[in-house]
Amino acid sequence: MIQTALDIETIRKDFPILNRKVNGKPLVYLDNAATSQTPQQVIDVIVDYYQNYNANIHRGVHSLSQEATDAYEAARIKIQKHYNIAKTHEVILTSGTTHSINLVANGFTSFVKKGDEILVSAMEHHSNIVPWQMLCERTGAILKVIPMNQNGELVMEAFHDLLSDKTKMVFCNHVSNALGTVNPIKEIIEASHKVGAAVLVDGAQAAPHIKADMQALDVDFYTVSAHKVCGPTGVGMLYGKEEWLNKLPPYQGGGEMIAEVTFEKTTYADLPHKFEAGTPNICGGIAFGAALDYMNSIGFDAIAQYEEELLQYATAQLLAIDGLKIYGTAKNKTSVISFNIDGIHPYDIGTILDKLGIAVRTGHHCAQPIMDFYKIPGTVRASFSFYNTKEEVDVLVEGVKRARNMLL
Amino acid sequence: MTIESIQEEIVDEFSMFDDWMQRYEYMIELGKSLPLIDGQYKTDDNIIKGCQSKVWVHAELDNDKLVFTADSDAIITKGIIAILIRAFSNQKPQDIIDANTDFIDEIGLKEHLSPTRANGLVSMVKQLKLYAIAYQTQLN
Repeated sequence: MIQTALDIETIRKDFPILNRKVNGKPLVYLDNAATSQTPQQVIDVIVDYYQNYNANIHRGVHSLSQEATDAYEAARIKIQKHYNIAKTHEVILTSGTTHSINLVANGFTSFVKKGDEILVSAMEHHSNIVPWQMLCERTGAILKVIPMNQNGELVMEAFHDLLSDKTKMVFCNHVSNALGTVNPIKEIIEASHKVGAAVLVDGAQAAPHIKADMQALDVDFYTVSAHKVCGPTGVGMLYGKEEWLNKLPPYQGGGEMIAEVTFEKTTYADLPHKFEAGTPNICGGIAFGAALDYMNSIGFDAIAQYEEELLQYATAQLLAIDGLKIYGTAKNKTSVISFNIDGIHPYDIGTILDKLGIAVRTGHHCAQPIMDFYKIPGTVRASFSFYNTKEEVDVLVEGVKRARNMLL
Repeated sequence: MTIESIQEEIVDEFSMFDDWMQRYEYMIELGKSLPLIDGQYKTDDNIIKGCQSKVWVHAELDNDKLVFTADSDAIITKGIIAILIRAFSNQKPQDIIDANTDFIDEIGLKEHLSPTRANGLVSMVKQLKLYAIAYQTQLN
């Protein structure tokens, strides 16, 4: 029996989707690292928006527009408080982590010159590799990689050796999506700042597990996608320190982001609107705030503790299966298990598990460099959330055993 | 045998199975029995794009008939290719071009037909037909 302060059965009732069947079997949803499920409390907020106050924001004089604007800006403040951000206008609402990273990478074209160095960790998602490669192509800067060891942990000695006065930016995820490793971002931020480099931390995978404190971390940029924390897809956050956001040029032109427009010259709006061109995902932003309220009502400490119990239990059960190898065995990791079984392709395991109603991710998890590192085509990834149960872990383990028997 | 009669035969075989487990076990068996492709043809050029697993297909003309050999690193995918090859290999290119693929639906693999499905069954069928078109042009 897993000890937890959480009432998991009651929590599960908040998620209507968990009642459905897939291929005739009760859904066992273990693809939470790809996207989390949405509780009724958040669904209600989305329905309420469209039923009662759907309007464009920031410019209408009518009541509906004002209500929608108030709700959207209230969500921004919820996000600010959740991440302990000093100023409300340091919260830029974007379409998600990928948008946030591209916004910064694009803006940094102005600050980076030929020969400058940019460091990325070896365990990045493609979305935190490709934009920097594009930046390097545009500017002639050099991309260098912070290596990782077999456990899936960054080699920090190598990181410190790579840092120099040429280093302009460092990019690292807070938590690896493919391996679950929690990276020592505090150490990375402090060391990078000593050589004058800015740091962007991709917080997409940390968001459902760790309540990150922007002021304590002293990070320059931090990115989050709402759909990883029980919110909707298509909305997320870019946190940026005010001084950086003021220096960065606008990313997209359009309505909302301007102060004055003539054909001769346009002056840009103040933060955060300078980076929020066009009509935003209004409902999504409001629901993002509601999702954080929901997660906080459960409590991140209790979530982290329970997920750790699930992780330990699942790890022990899975490792008992003959030929099963887990990739990513960092001391500090979130509730993600990436694994393979000797002689079986991850795709085959995923296909059989799907027939059993179990949703896992298979493939390279948009992190091909990690797969190349381990010399594997991909892995099966089971990722657990606070609404998963020990019984669901048992279903997974039985499913993997069954798949193994069928496939070997 | 014509493509159509082979397809009917496959549909008959699959109709004996009561549930998905048996269907998949059979596909896995078919995958294991797929004759190995000659190593020299397992090149990047012969990889079908759009599959989560790697799939290699090689085609060559034997008199007026097109012969396919294939392999994959995933066994269920191999089973699917084995079924496709049984239906389409050793046939005239024009017959392959004209053949329909409804039998895939009838043997309960409809779920694999979605173009967004990561196993790329659609890509495989397309690739076999593209080979047929290429060789038909050569025969003309």
